[in-house]
Amino acid sequence: MAFFFEVVLGGLLAGVLYSLVALGFVLIFKASGVFNFAQGAMVLFAALTLVRLTEWLPFWAAFAVSCLVMIALAWVIERVVLRHLVNQEGIILFMATLGIAFFLEGFGQTIWGSDIYTLDLGIPKEPSFILESIFDGGLLVDKLDVFAAVVASALVLGLALFFQKTKVGLALRAVADDHQAAQSIGVPLDYIWLIVWSAAGIVALVAGMVWGAKLGVQFSIALVALKALPVLILGGFTSVPGAIIGGLLIGMGEKLSEVYFGPIVGGGIENWFAYMLVLVVLLFRPQGLFGDRVIERV
Amino acid sequence: MTDKPRISEEVLLKVDSISLSFGGVRALSDVSFDIRKGEIRAIIGPNGAGKSSMLNCINGFYHPQEGRITYKGRERQRMLPYEAARQSIARTFQNIALFKGMSTLDNIMTGRLLKMRRGLFWQALRVGPAAREEIEHRAKVEEIIEFLQIQAVRKMPVGRLPYGLQKRVELGRALAAEPDLLLLDEPMAGMNVEEKEDMCRFILDVNEQFGTTIALIEHDMGVVMDLSDRVVVLEYGRKIADGTPDEVRADQRVIDAYLGVQRVE
Amino acid sequence: MFYRENGQFKTSYAADQAIFPILLDRIAIMAILLVAFLVVPLVATQYVYTGILIPFLILALATIGLNLLTGYCGQVSLGTGAFMAVGAYAAYNLVLRLPGMNLLVAFALAGGISALVGVLFGLPSLRIKGFYLAVATLAAQFFIDWVFIRIKWFTNYATNATAPELLLFGLPLDSAMRRYLVTLAIVVVMALIAKNLVRGATGRAWMAVRDMDIAAEIIGIRLLRTKLIAFAVSSFYCGVAGALWGFMHLGAWEPLTFDVNRSFQVLFMVIIGGVGSILGSFLGAAFIFAVPILINQVPAALGVPISTALSSHLEAMIFGAMIIFFLIVEPHGFARLWQLGKEKLRLWPLPH
Repeated sequence: MAFFFEVVLGGLLAGVLYSLVALGFVLIFKASGVFNFAQGAMVLFAALTLVRLTEWLPFWAAFAVSCLVMIALAWVIERVVLRHLVNQEGIILFMATLGIAFFLEGFGQTIWGSDIYTLDLGIPKEPSFILESIFDGGLLVDKLDVFAAVVASALVLGLALFFQKTKVGLALRAVADDHQAAQSIGVPLDYIWLIVWSAAGIVALVAGMVWGAKLGVQFSIALVALKALPVLILGGFTSVPGAIIGGLLIGMGEKLSEVYFGPIVGGGIENWFAYMLVLVVLLFRPQGLFGDRVIERV
Repeated sequence: MTDKPRISEEVLLKVDSISLSFGGVRALSDVSFDIRKGEIRAIIGPNGAGKSSMLNCINGFYHPQEGRITYKGRERQRMLPYEAARQSIARTFQNIALFKGMSTLDNIMTGRLLKMRRGLFWQALRVGPAAREEIEHRAKVEEIIEFLQIQAVRKMPVGRLPYGLQKRVELGRALAAEPDLLLLDEPMAGMNVEEKEDMCRFILDVNEQFGTTIALIEHDMGVVMDLSDRVVVLEYGRKIADGTPDEVRADQRVIDAYLGVQRVE
Repeated sequence: MFYRENGQFKTSYAADQAIFPILLDRIAIMAILLVAFLVVPLVATQYVYTGILIPFLILALATIGLNLLTGYCGQVSLGTGAFMAVGAYAAYNLVLRLPGMNLLVAFALAGGISALVGVLFGLPSLRIKGFYLAVATLAAQFFIDWVFIRIKWFTNYATNATAPELLLFGLPLDSAMRRYLVTLAIVVVMALIAKNLVRGATGRAWMAVRDMDIAAEIIGIRLLRTKLIAFAVSSFYCGVAGALWGFMHLGAWEPLTFDVNRSFQVLFMVIIGGVGSILGSFLGAAFIFAVPILINQVPAALGVPISTALSSHLEAMIFGAMIIFFLIVEPHGFARLWQLGKEKLRLWPLPH
């Protein structure tokens, strides 16, 4: 029994990381209707920037500079790409972000290098035991995972406050509801897009930091985006809680299936399990578990 | 225009106590009327009266929760768009719904898809019967293009055509299906006087030359009174009047709905 | 001046609906085919066949396949690699387990099997659209990747499946030239068929679904059926391309060659070549295929060789930038630029 809970807990903690990446997707989708395939590339780019800067600067300074870099990146993306594609169909914007993803992967590795870099956050990697009073011998968890969960919660809380309490947040929600209506009452769309893409960039930085500390900063981080896609579909593209719960569910499902179902079919199923799960969900609820239902009109 | 001998008493389509709601919003409640073979039937009413919803029920895009639709003597509770099209119901849309990436010619050709019989294999080779079939249908479509006087824009992508012409192409696509019942959703919305006159002519010609039964939604009261044989008036999803243009024009409830009786929105 | 359609009046609908209505286009196509079938075999070297022409032709075929689905029917797929893999492994097993089967029949059957798998993964397209569907096709990609890596039966329990000796109507396909000619013939025939499909009733139904599915439904197009036909035909093309990749190009079977990167590559070929254009599929395939070769060879020729890591990063940057460029400036890709060029040429030297 303790083993089962250990697997569940490990899955949930891994799911937190998926949630972090998915959160970046949701932010951008909510405010601009863009399915940002480049989120994974942004995570990689942010992590590379951070890790290479820590070679020169103290960590806090490197983090601050990386934030500025991500904001600058958001500005460039808005100027060079999005501005010219306003009012295009979603699928065109999606393909444009595919282009951004490829460009950013190439660009990031050209200027920062493409080796594996270790990022030390000063958190011991050794596992520790929790809940020893309930389970015999306690449950084995990774301290880094717990740290990630704490960081993710803080980030979500911060974003929630930002959206609910500030004027910019209000404008953002207006834009999310209806672009044209928001524009017509004087909400500047380019400014809003800059804010959201910057926020998504900073979320990517945090995600990159945690992933980088766990796995080392390397190209495979960009592939995390592929893992986050089923999370999004499960949670619905427009729901922040959906992204979080979706991430947790997928993380847990993946671990459980790997441990209990994987050996039967020869392992390696974590690459597609989430996708097939989501495919089944989509057949019954095309808008995802938490998404809004769309009524079609003619 | 009122005494057209070709209008028979035969009922082509009859809607019976139709009610439709979305969630808690009632779009139509208990609406009944009929459309006789060969007539031009107008559906009018203020914005949000449920006119488009009515057309959507008739050709199966919406499914009313209550009531029945009888078409060509067959009664059913719900139509499916595909079934409606197969039974020769064609329509145009309030906001033009053309295939923007395709040429005028191809758009109208899509109207004949249901009449094309050759399978994938023959189309792939495009020899013999498949090639002949394409040409036969092309000839039919060219007749429509000529009828609507849009020869000059035959090969142009419809996305680049001016609004008035797009409306015509859309009518052409519906005509290509050689419909028994043609539903027109605001065919003259947003047009200038000249374009409206052209469109009126086309609608009358279609009705007279091909004997097509037409149900149309229109806001321009002058147009409605001139064109239609009978008018049904909806307000807030309910039928408030039904009859010849003259009867409807004299009806006090219609006058209230259109002119007087302030309502707090 | 030379390229013109002035004076070429069409007197019948048949002439107006011909596959290449303009005389000079017909001449150009004939010339290209003559060069491809007769001149190339006289001059090409082994490297030109195996390193350039054969893979280019096969990728162009896959691009046509994806273009039918994405460019004409509007359903974005990120599972092209998977459908190629299905075709490749199906053809391998057909030839392996049914000795004596004609190679062309095996390719056609492999395409058919791929089409069935395509239909299966196309089923969600009834309920979901746009990028939701794109993500659903990724499910096909990752699942099928896994199937061919893990289930050893498909590779006949060999670590490296290699092609048996190939015979076509008794003729051994032992030289690169012969493999090239067979590939070329298949690609040309299938391209013509694709062109016929897209300018006929099926193509119009696909485009109607692409441009406005609600209106398409109301004029009597059955959406699911139309989409599934697109998935089937598209996967058939990709499947044949995969089979050719195994037999004619690599001579071996490895799952990695059909992974998600292949899917992206083919999608880029579609976008850059021209969404909704058969000609564009060739142009896009040529471009995407040429860039890495140029990046590797031009700096080396200039005396500044670059590392493989750098060249692959440059490649990614160029592809990314090109895609953004084309989406913003010319969403119909090279095919449209080509067409504009022709229109200019028609008026030359006296533009209005």
